[in-house]
Amino acid sequence: METKNIMIVGVGGQGSLLASKLLGKLLTDEGYDVKVSEVHGMSQRGGSVVTYVRFGDKVYSPVISSGEADFIISFEKLEAARHASCLKKGGKIIVNTQAIDPMPVITGAAVYPDEVLNELKAKGVFVDNIDALSLATEAGNAKSVNIVLMGRLAKYFDISYDKWIAAIEKSVKPQFVGINKKAFDLGYNY
Amino acid sequence: MKKLMLGNEAIARGLYEAGVKVISSYPGTPSTEITEFAAKYDEIYCEWAPNEKVAAEVAFGASLRGVRSACAMKHVGLNVAADPLFTLSYTGVNGGLVIFVADDPAMHSSQNEQDSRHYAIAAKVPMLEPADSSEAKEFTKAAFNISEEYDTPVIVRMCTRIAHSQSQVELEDRVEKELLPYEKNPQKYIMAPANAVKRHPFVEERTEKLRHLGETSNLNRVENDGKEIGIICSGTCYQYVKEVFGDTVSVLKLGIVNPLPVDLIKNFAANVEKLYVIEELDGIIESHLKNIGVDCIGKEMFSPLGEYNQSVIKAAFGLELPETVSADSNIPVRPPVMCAGCPHRGLFYTLSKNKITVLGDIGCYTLGSAAPLFALDSTLCMGASVSGIHGFNKAGGKESEGKTVCVIGDSTFMHSGMTGLVNIAYNGSNSTVIILDNSITGMTGHQQNPTTGYTIKGEPAAAVNLEELCKSLGIKRVRVVDPYNLKECEDAVLEELKVAEPSVIISRRPCMLLKYVKAKPAVKVNEDKCVGCKMCMKLGCPAISMKNGKAKIDFTQCVGCDVCTQMCRLGAIEKGER
Repeated sequence: METKNIMIVGVGGQGSLLASKLLGKLLTDEGYDVKVSEVHGMSQRGGSVVTYVRFGDKVYSPVISSGEADFIISFEKLEAARHASCLKKGGKIIVNTQAIDPMPVITGAAVYPDEVLNELKAKGVFVDNIDALSLATEAGNAKSVNIVLMGRLAKYFDISYDKWIAAIEKSVKPQFVGINKKAFDLGYNY
Repeated sequence: MKKLMLGNEAIARGLYEAGVKVISSYPGTPSTEITEFAAKYDEIYCEWAPNEKVAAEVAFGASLRGVRSACAMKHVGLNVAADPLFTLSYTGVNGGLVIFVADDPAMHSSQNEQDSRHYAIAAKVPMLEPADSSEAKEFTKAAFNISEEYDTPVIVRMCTRIAHSQSQVELEDRVEKELLPYEKNPQKYIMAPANAVKRHPFVEERTEKLRHLGETSNLNRVENDGKEIGIICSGTCYQYVKEVFGDTVSVLKLGIVNPLPVDLIKNFAANVEKLYVIEELDGIIESHLKNIGVDCIGKEMFSPLGEYNQSVIKAAFGLELPETVSADSNIPVRPPVMCAGCPHRGLFYTLSKNKITVLGDIGCYTLGSAAPLFALDSTLCMGASVSGIHGFNKAGGKESEGKTVCVIGDSTFMHSGMTGLVNIAYNGSNSTVIILDNSITGMTGHQQNPTTGYTIKGEPAAAVNLEELCKSLGIKRVRVVDPYNLKECEDAVLEELKVAEPSVIISRRPCMLLKYVKAKPAVKVNEDKCVGCKMCMKLGCPAISMKNGKAKIDFTQCVGCDVCTQMCRLGAIEKGER
């Protein structure tokens, strides 16, 4: 099988590491060779963060470069646009429609491009908008945005619902399994 | 059993399996998790040392006594540990000793892009370079065997993409090592000139033996011999080469990157039509090829700057790149910022407001250099703020002394700031030193340090009292301020700048990301009172923005530090309710 590429992008502190942990676990259990490349250190401080997940029969490079991503999962609108050039022709962007102003916008040095997702759609890019923050809040914890987005990703994946749920059970603390299963379902059935 | 593991976690597993007993390190991205993961194994004694020099010397002592020992650091940490390293090369080891060093091409979280391979060459010690997590574990174990067999410290070189990428690792059992006998051996371990003169020939002979090892070791391997194109590479570059070319080119993958083999390379070169060397940062393998008379293409095609990836290699070879789409709108950058409620913010606002020259240091507080605070004038290396301000004030005299301070974090002060403070006291400059004590090593992700009162395992430990320490070093004026109190900060800074003697201000408030720090309710803007003057925006707090001409506070980020309420003269920012 040709190597598949998933990028998880967002703002430091939004929980992308749990999403990549879940994917890594699921894909390893499925018998794939897997590589996950993360950003550490600066990630708590509100900067732009990127995680690469690659899987297939044999994966070499730990990173995804321009025009290679099958999926971009974005925790924030602007970050989806920032990394759009990494998307493969025919690839899919799944994006939480939340907007978080970066410091240059806060200080007035730059403007937040509100219509940026529509711009991408107009160019023929597949963009799946989802208000993951509201769904996460509905599930019981605003921090479960990551699992809502994983639920949405699962719609496009050839791995059974039960296996996703099993991977969630192995990736989060027992007391959070309930909320995360609900968050996953809300994304899956959106 | 196969497990998905971070490169750094795989090294920790390798340390465990290799029977290592003592590890001493100083945190530094991207090396920190090696020691954090190792500390989870009860069989290994692990510690955070105050700096990398201490860590390497602890590892030396443990090796001398007869156990396998290690230390881990980032590339610039090896500059600090270079002193013991160069002479450890002469003494050699008793128990195996391995130094793990993580380079940071593209400077994801570093102040320079130095290539650690130069150290292995200069110190004449072997260096191994793994290309994924599985190799990270295997090379760790191989490094200890080489260390003991060849009587040498060994360096294992990581880079960000190997350290912080997860790939699959096969776990094995730990092999316990007997404590080796310790025997007094002055000729080997006392590196006074008469002994060192005799050890130097041993080092040269050892390098020759290690070169022979490189000719035949399975750590170096040839794949798909005899193709038209041959590529020599190591580490993460190997993965990019395989990604682009698969089995269509010959590859010489080097696991031992110092010393480099001669015959292996010459034979590989003889079997291909065109030879390339692909290596990130400096052209070290390429220089070796040119020294041994092997023609190759290297840095004329590849940059010494930053990281490579598959696209970089495709572009260099003129191969087709995939189509891409991007938005036309300008996408504003999103740099890391000081967190909402960061205790450094109030102090930096004070310095910025009073237009004070600030010599900075290495840590989260380097972020104070960004807009809108622009609070820093320099950042060089660990500890340089305290030493630097002394030189600055000696050069600038009274005029500088009255409007210059330096800032340094608690962990960085313990690392190498206090020697600079000794110099200020001893050589008498009227310098004002500010210790930003957030009670943790922040930037690298919350490691304990000698001031926090806890060990790496979270057990209670002796805590350095910064006030008493500074006084005993010879500073008479030492005071503590709360950086959440803007007036207190300003009074202290202006007063200490005025007095004609050195002083230390300790700005003390724990990092608000620490689990034991409880956030207060978010503050909120009373829109009837807010006139949109933007005074609160001067703090650069990520929780405050302007919406429709009024300040707005993001309740999901605000931790109720109340610094912004002190900025508002109209009392428009009100305390929140629980």
